[in-house]
Amino acid sequence: MNDADSIVELIPRLRRYARALAGDRAAADDLVQDTLERAWAKLHLYRRGTDLRAWLFTVMHNVYVNQLRAARPVAQLDEDMPELSQPGREADGLELRDLDLAIRRLPPDQREVLLLVVLEDMSYDEAAGALGIPIGTVMSRLSRAREKLRAMLSGLPPGGSQLKVVK
Amino acid sequence: MSDMDNAPQEDLELKALSQALHQLYDPVLAEPVPGRLRARPQRWRAPAIAAGWVILGLCAGTIAGWQLHASRPAVPPQAEVPGFVKRAAVAHATYSPEVRHPVEVGADQEQHLVAWLSKRLGATVRAPKLETIGYSLVGGRLLPGDNGPVAHFMYQTAQGRRITLYVRTEAAENRETAFRFAAEGNVKVFYWIDRKLGYALSSADLRREDLLAVADAVYRQLNP
Repeated sequence: MNDADSIVELIPRLRRYARALAGDRAAADDLVQDTLERAWAKLHLYRRGTDLRAWLFTVMHNVYVNQLRAARPVAQLDEDMPELSQPGREADGLELRDLDLAIRRLPPDQREVLLLVVLEDMSYDEAAGALGIPIGTVMSRLSRAREKLRAMLSGLPPGGSQLKVVK
Repeated sequence: MSDMDNAPQEDLELKALSQALHQLYDPVLAEPVPGRLRARPQRWRAPAIAAGWVILGLCAGTIAGWQLHASRPAVPPQAEVPGFVKRAAVAHATYSPEVRHPVEVGADQEQHLVAWLSKRLGATVRAPKLETIGYSLVGGRLLPGDNGPVAHFMYQTAQGRRITLYVRTEAAENRETAFRFAAEGNVKVFYWIDRKLGYALSSADLRREDLLAVADAVYRQLNP
């Protein structure tokens, strides 16, 4: 399989990551489309034998950062976030939706690290490579992202997991 | 790092988070990829595949032409072009160059799209499947027409070449016409009426005979 076919094969993976990163479907697919356009144009810069997926995630990261720069976020919902869940709500669907909302409220740089490591299963090293940041920054962003998620998700005690997983 | 104190619990929490994230976002993996993301530049297409399409296209064109002579003769352009054909050409010129929002509802929600348009037109509308001749559905939209709502489907090739199919309800039922050809500006249109529905297939860059081959494929899809 050549590089071009491999890119096409990876589109669903790019879409999943973009959906988690950008939130709604249209914005996510716009992000994927811009990423693919840039990837097709820059494919000659991809070094064969290296991880094509990591390269595509790097391209997407650059496109995403440019998009963020072009459209300044309305408000940085960084600190001082209200809790999303009412205590006593136990339904799994609601908890997953809360998690989705909480992820969107993370600062973009923390969200990227969290998704690459936890959803995309990248090592700290791979995530650092994809985002072009030192490995220590990956670790600190990840830990801050998890801390914020904990705080946002219905008053979870730090370090303890109340996340219900539907099987 | 204080994480070191309760490492096993941390692991457990990460695992739960990972499972939850997969539950949230893995459904995206199973969604059909929208047409606009599948388009790849010409130079990255394998030459063998490209050649295959050319051969297939030639065959389709030949067979279509041959069948049309037998059953459904394409008549020369008539003096008076119906109003809906002009509207179809305008809709094609308006929406086919759109990069971001070419359609209202994407092909990933094809069932919903077709059900919605059928409901609004008050007639069963179908989106023909044209993959075998190299066109995939991008999606569709609802348009205002001169006698009620109109369904507008968009298709494109792997190179991003687009055609649109304009479908409207006909006031007089049970009429059938041959394929007719019209050119509005640089948009070429083949149109025909088939019982309750009138169709106009538009393209800005296909040659007339190639567009005719597509029109024939559309007709046969809708009348199996």
